Amino acid sequence: MRLSVNNLACERGERRIFEGVSFTLSASEALVITGRNGAGKSSLLDILAGRLHPVAGAILLDGAGERTLAECLHYVGHRDALKAALTAEENLTFARDFLGHPALKPREALEAVGLAHAARLPVAYLSAGQRRRVALARLLVAHRPLWLLDEPTSALDTASQETLRLILESHRENGGMIAASTHSPLFLKDAKEIRIERASRPSTVAGEER
Amino acid sequence: MIRSFNALLIRDLRLAARVGGSGVMGLIFFLMIVTLIPFALGPDLNLLSRIGPAILWIAALLATLIGLDRLFQADQEDGSLDLLRLSHAPMEIVVLAKVIAYWLVTGLPLAIAAPFLGFLVALSPEAMLAMVSTLLVGTPALTFIGAVGAALTSSLRRGGLILAILVLPFMIPTLIFGVSAANAAVGGTIPFMTPFLVLAALSLIAAVVGTVGAAAALRSGE
Repeated sequence: MRLSVNNLACERGERRIFEGVSFTLSASEALVITGRNGAGKSSLLDILAGRLHPVAGAILLDGAGERTLAECLHYVGHRDALKAALTAEENLTFARDFLGHPALKPREALEAVGLAHAARLPVAYLSAGQRRRVALARLLVAHRPLWLLDEPTSALDTASQETLRLILESHRENGGMIAASTHSPLFLKDAKEIRIERASRPSTVAGEER
Repeated sequence: MIRSFNALLIRDLRLAARVGGSGVMGLIFFLMIVTLIPFALGPDLNLLSRIGPAILWIAALLATLIGLDRLFQADQEDGSLDLLRLSHAPMEIVVLAKVIAYWLVTGLPLAIAAPFLGFLVALSPEAMLAMVSTLLVGTPALTFIGAVGAALTSSLRRGGLILAILVLPFMIPTLIFGVSAANAAVGGTIPFMTPFLVLAALSLIAAVVGTVGAAAALRSGE
């Protein structure tokens, strides 16, 4: 499986955020997206996840058969997509049934992120770091080749960051692909890196350069 | 696809049953309005039983509307909507599952509670039976119409009021045929089935148009 992104451009609120972003990602490869605040790292991931539409450029996924890009990816963003009233286990059970291609059982996934003891607690009672870990455990309950991670290490302590690194490396060993935006180093083995810069040319529709 | 549908349906029913869920809220609101009206009108039993079906229908309409703004907004806020986009099930299935779950926790209890509340507005037994059947058939139309508004206003912070303004005009036909079917059951010149079948047709149309419309609104999103 191979993801190729060509000359992608993104506009939000009629302002050009970035343009000319190209990269390819093959099986077992990881891409680290860096850049300053507001450079468009999250927007790039949003476009890949299908939340935003690019104004130019193309995204191609080879070797996925009949599955669309959205069916091949996991997305863990700033908002953790967890229901506060449900327990950690119920949240993962839902994700596993809803996303299809089930992998680990919710209990096992929670064990892998070191949260087995909190399985029966409503997510509302968990700390920010623990919630982030439950959201990351979602990566393990359904098979998806491409993982899109927006600042995956935010709110995680050092031990959990190491756990996350091991999970990411084992996903790559199984032929998975990872695209992660980050400010702090993820210590992934020979990961590709792409730096997003704000579009240098002011957009003609921006209206603020006058 | 069926699996995704079931998973979402079960999740929403669970959420409604938890603390802060919309489960009982609509029903209590329904009870409140129906209780208030006899206080305002005074104890004229003939008057109450004559306008009883209309009171129950308006109360049901408002009770459906009250929790509707959270239908997609809650998922939008915590990021769940992004997760819902990643299934192989199309957005229409997602909408259908959420709307059916919503109807099961608001519309259905209203229909079941109608006979008990019928006592408060002095309905005859035939009228109570008519109320149950018209609410059972008519409330899905209200929910599906409301779902389009809920999807359109999902990213607005205070979407509740705009939602009401958007969808109330489209609920008028359902209200007209619901009340006239309930009235036809206790007397009048038209047979019960005439407005009742139109009401059923409205629900079926709303189920199709509402599902497709809400899914389109959610897709265009952002």
